[in-house]
Amino acid sequence: MLAKRIIPCLDVRDGKVVKGIHFVDIQEVGDPVECAMLYDRQGADEIVFLDITATHEGRGTMVDVVRRTAKNVFVPLTVGGGIRSVEDFKTLLRAGADKVSVNSAAIREPELISEAAAIFGSQCVVVAIDAKKVGEGEPGDGARYNLFVNGGRIDTGKDAIKWAKEAERRGAGEILLTSMDTDGTKNGFDIDMLNAVCAGVNIPVIASGGGGTLPDFSEVFLRTDADAALAASIFHYGELTVRDVKNELAAANLPVRL
Amino acid sequence: MIAIIDYGAGNLFSVKNALDFLGYESVVSGDKTGLERADRLILPGVGAFPDAMEKLETAGLTDVILSEAGKKPLLGICLGMQLLFEWGFEFEKTKGLGLIDGQVDRIRAPGLKIPHMGWSDVKRAADCPLSEGIREGDRLYFVHSYKAETDMENISLYTEYGDLIPGLVFRGNVFGCQFHPEKSGKTGLRILENFCKL
Repeated sequence: MLAKRIIPCLDVRDGKVVKGIHFVDIQEVGDPVECAMLYDRQGADEIVFLDITATHEGRGTMVDVVRRTAKNVFVPLTVGGGIRSVEDFKTLLRAGADKVSVNSAAIREPELISEAAAIFGSQCVVVAIDAKKVGEGEPGDGARYNLFVNGGRIDTGKDAIKWAKEAERRGAGEILLTSMDTDGTKNGFDIDMLNAVCAGVNIPVIASGGGGTLPDFSEVFLRTDADAALAASIFHYGELTVRDVKNELAAANLPVRL
Repeated sequence: MIAIIDYGAGNLFSVKNALDFLGYESVVSGDKTGLERADRLILPGVGAFPDAMEKLETAGLTDVILSEAGKKPLLGICLGMQLLFEWGFEFEKTKGLGLIDGQVDRIRAPGLKIPHMGWSDVKRAADCPLSEGIREGDRLYFVHSYKAETDMENISLYTEYGDLIPGLVFRGNVFGCQFHPEKSGKTGLRILENFCKL
């Protein structure tokens, strides 16, 4: 049986780890390679590097960070942020990434998903979706989940669930779903949004945004079909370790790699 | 010296990184001499069976692998493991290297997501030097849509995903891992090290 995965995410700018609250107010802390090695020792099932400045200030150079990490960390490594072309995929995969995550560029040019999947295989292609509930009422009844881009700054007006389905149809191997409503709040994952997306696709979904306490992590797996949960700041500031979270899942009888 | 076979399919450097980390010398090589000189061989691979066999043929490596496999340990990883079998049924029926009896066909797992991707727990079957130190329930990282079908006597570790999925197969000095030992944390590194120490 597959284990539920716990994935620490490192937001990286100019080769340094940063973490923003609600994607703004960024403060710098730490070397990404050291952080990745620490998470690996704590039992991380996968590690995500997100180049958070790439979309705005031109393509960030993550290649060296990825190359150094891949020499020391032997679990799957995903890299995202500012990926625009098949060439970007190739560069990062050659540097040692196992998966590449695309967001804004795939929305502008959905063929990027199909092309990358055809060349490198679906298992390499993660589509990151930033979504937020808009409108009054319940989703589907007055309110809906809209797709946001540029680090959550711009509302595309598009339906996030429809986009997740299109991403799957085009060959995405996985969806990384961040709820803008719960991100940074530490009040728990967005269960309703996750259920809406999980019901719409048949590829793995990574839950992101809102994990703050141990019960938040068991809750997301007990109440949704998410395959993995991602968190950044709580791990980064040492509020919880990956090991703590995995022990919590084991105590809740969830399949986990200890 | 371990030769990691380069035939244009797959992430060779992850395997090299893992061997470097373990302290075993390796070289990425796509030529006959390099493979003949090595004292063990690793056949990696990501992609589709027919395309990979064609690439091996085009690179003129099929015969070298077949002749060297009798002389030194060989480890196939992921698609590289699948190529060790007699036949592949991905897209079309394709002849494999035939070093282990059996064939490769699509995973039948109704209701489960394909590819089978993630950390699956393994069970032990036949004893094999590569599974030394690996316990029942240890988890390894799998990413694949096709799986081997072979006799239980050729299977050392397997997992269940709707279907029986051979994880570590062997016959004599020929070994194959369906999972990625280079991406499976300490458990995977242990298996690689077992191979390096043969």
